[in-house]
Amino acid sequence: MIDLEPLLLSFEVALLATCVASVLGIALAGVLALPRVWGRELIDAAITAPMVLPPTVLGYYLLVLLGRESVIGRGFEAVFGTPIVFSKGGAVIAAVIGALPLVAKAARAALEAVDVRLLGAAQTLGASPLRAFFSVSLPLARRGITAGMMLGFARALGDFGVTLMVAGNIPGQTRTASLAIYDAVLSGRDGDATRLSLIMTALAMAVLIGASTLSRQRRDGF
Amino acid sequence: MASEPRLRARLGLRRGREEACFSLDVTLDFGPGLNVLFGPSGSGKTTILSALCGLLRPDHGSVVLAGRTLFEAAKGIDVPPQERRIALVFQSLALFPHLTALGNVGYGVPRGPPRAERLERCQVWLTRMRVAHLAQRYPNSFSGGEAQRVALARALASEPQALLLDEPFSALDHGLARELGAELLVYVSALALPVVLVTHDRVAARALGAELTFLRAGMVERVGPAEEILSERP
Repeated sequence: MIDLEPLLLSFEVALLATCVASVLGIALAGVLALPRVWGRELIDAAITAPMVLPPTVLGYYLLVLLGRESVIGRGFEAVFGTPIVFSKGGAVIAAVIGALPLVAKAARAALEAVDVRLLGAAQTLGASPLRAFFSVSLPLARRGITAGMMLGFARALGDFGVTLMVAGNIPGQTRTASLAIYDAVLSGRDGDATRLSLIMTALAMAVLIGASTLSRQRRDGF
Repeated sequence: MASEPRLRARLGLRRGREEACFSLDVTLDFGPGLNVLFGPSGSGKTTILSALCGLLRPDHGSVVLAGRTLFEAAKGIDVPPQERRIALVFQSLALFPHLTALGNVGYGVPRGPPRAERLERCQVWLTRMRVAHLAQRYPNSFSGGEAQRVALARALASEPQALLLDEPFSALDHGLARELGAELLVYVSALALPVVLVTHDRVAARALGAELTFLRAGMVERVGPAEEILSERP
């Protein structure tokens, strides 16, 4: 019988990470969509960098930033009594790093595709830029943003390198499905590795198909 | 005369360089009722509307509506569009595709009165524009004329102190355009606020028969009765 714990943990971590990445990603995309933003492309590059940097580099940065000897790490431990790194929280942060560029990229593209005249109309009708963002931009960009969130979720579900670096491989805490597969292969449990791999593949395919269906509907809309 | 709500503006603006340069330098004074801004495409009509409602910032000049200074470059005054109370009906109409006709009209209704009262106002405007039957429908199902009426209802429901109409007849045939123009005049005279209608359509401009500002290459060429100005130039 297959051990469901790593799969369920992956789901939990990916769900939390998607929520965090969505709020951050949409907010960042909203800022980038403003008419005058200093360092627009620099911010965009910084968000996108995790897609091309090695997981070890990202993991190392996070350890330096959040480790038990760092300011943030100490502060967190003083308040909550547990370290951020090598805990479920660390796994979530690792997954957020993977998901954020996908959500932010999709949200930026979707927000920039909204007709600026609609935003102009909203403003001349008395809407503040913030109200125009929430009542016009976001609803019109929702399909593209949702597609980005689904991709972010799929990415968060499968993170391996960064999770291993900052969260380790603690059963029930940080041993997600991808880490469990690594374990299974190392200890010669090929059957477990195969089953988990197939399930992960099926999940990824389902999410990709869902996301591309959403993107297609968006073109057919209005 | 002093109590008359007028829309006065001096607008100066320069965009691009050398041969591709567009410059605008106009002084405008619109009284209550219909004012027609007529000129060929590229003469700066839409730029003027954008500057009046605050979506575009001119390099210099001023905009004063009913005694309230909305823009004055020299003093650094630039009231944001949402506080200007100038409604603009875009050439594209810019109806919100994710909202029903009722939702569109309700978007600009000033907050304050209870929801039921605001909803009632929307219904009144939709009825006046003879599109009450569209209340629960979305813009992608509207005909050109229907969309126009909803856009106008939306603009007026925001209780503006001035109304700007960018090429309102471009999506319509002449018959419908005249009909809508006649209806427009009725509401405009009842509202007693400055209405600025932009058109490059000579026939429509003449039919409206209002005070006309003739614009050419970013400058005001003439101001006067439509009949007089447009009969001179075939």
